Amino acid sequence: MLALEVEKQFGALSLAARFQIAGGVTALFGPSGAGKTSLINMIAGLLKPDRGCIVLDDTILFDAAKAINVPPHRRRIGYVFQEGRLFPHLSVRQNLDYGGRMSGRSRDAAEFERTAALLGITHLLARRPRMLSGGERQRVAIGRALLMQPRLLLLDEPLASLDAGHKGEILPYLMRLRDEAAVPMVYVSHIAAEVRQIATHVVRLDQGRVADIGGLELLAGAS
Amino acid sequence: MFELSAADGTAVELSLRIALVATAWALPFGIAIGWLLARGKFWGKTVLDGLVHLPLVLPPVVTGYLLLIWFGRKGPVGAFLYDHFGVVFAFRWTGAALASAVMGFPLLVRPIRLALETIDRRLEDAAATLGANPALVFVTVTLPLALPGIIAGVLLCFARALGEFGATITFVSNIPGETQTISAAIYTFLQIPDGDAAAGRLVVVAIIMSLAALIAAEWLGRRASARFHGE
Repeated sequence: MLALEVEKQFGALSLAARFQIAGGVTALFGPSGAGKTSLINMIAGLLKPDRGCIVLDDTILFDAAKAINVPPHRRRIGYVFQEGRLFPHLSVRQNLDYGGRMSGRSRDAAEFERTAALLGITHLLARRPRMLSGGERQRVAIGRALLMQPRLLLLDEPLASLDAGHKGEILPYLMRLRDEAAVPMVYVSHIAAEVRQIATHVVRLDQGRVADIGGLELLAGAS
Repeated sequence: MFELSAADGTAVELSLRIALVATAWALPFGIAIGWLLARGKFWGKTVLDGLVHLPLVLPPVVTGYLLLIWFGRKGPVGAFLYDHFGVVFAFRWTGAALASAVMGFPLLVRPIRLALETIDRRLEDAAATLGANPALVFVTVTLPLALPGIIAGVLLCFARALGEFGATITFVSNIPGETQTISAAIYTFLQIPDGDAAAGRLVVVAIIMSLAALIAAEWLGRRASARFHGE
């Protein structure tokens, strides 16, 4: 479970959010500029809140009052970025193995095969990221984040950089992930149709504030 | 017809050794300074940048003279290094390597700095979320992505070190077998009557070596950037 209560000032926009999420897929939903990406960057440890605290399960990741700020490499939170951010100098296989190598875990071959098969990227392992289509790149990025065995998976508009055809290519994988993998996910999106398909819970953000917390019914009338 | 004498061979071998040692010692410092200039935010950054580039614009004889004052046996740095490590620069080939490293340093730092500045920092963030601590991020992401710049800097520094003349001859003189590099040997031949033919042989060698360094730089740079473009 993730409990979060944070505040941060960015120039004119002030971000102040407080919510808790359990398992399943929680969508952070709202228009661009609502502070969605900033929030998950805080959860990942890439952005430091001015005030507040972030607790994952029983670990304090951030607590301004106690001056605790666990650096991103010790949070074990998977992050799928909007633009994939695959390492261009590494092959797909090396990208997928990166998290395990960095944390010194022994490679779990069965887990690797299973994840690669789930995401349909087994035939791409020898390639470099440049040789992949946008959709393939995002699938590898998802696999890379999953194979680090995260306690939580953050997805920042993972479909935003894809055209309509490739979006349809990724969504089924994400739904399978939701149904088969036990890892809770936070899914950032401003597109209601996407959220309807993938999310189990919704946190609606507007101008740096939490406007609503609930189920998919929050999306009624949203486009 | 075209035959190098034993003394010519010594000068060539010495030039190569000096240039290699100079570049190898300069490289870690070049990466550190390049990183500071690309990423650092500190007071005096402009001054550091100026200092690094100084050997490029100073008359080489001035650089050589400053090295002589500081790194000579009686100089503050030279005396310290001799007392604590037994290292001597004055009138030794090691001094020639030091002079070459200093003269090549700006050419080494510049491409490394530029490469570090153009790296997508977001890839470093991604590496951190995957569990890489800052040192591992540097070794597994930053350095490999800066590799084309590092290679370019190394080869420029090496080529500069091969041809260094003014600072070297001022600092460590022109001693055959110890500090007489190709450039110094050519200079010496030109001082004696009928030395033109002997100088000419070394000139040809110098041209071949410089061309080889340039071609190597081009080839290695292309190979390194091809790795990122999936070829």
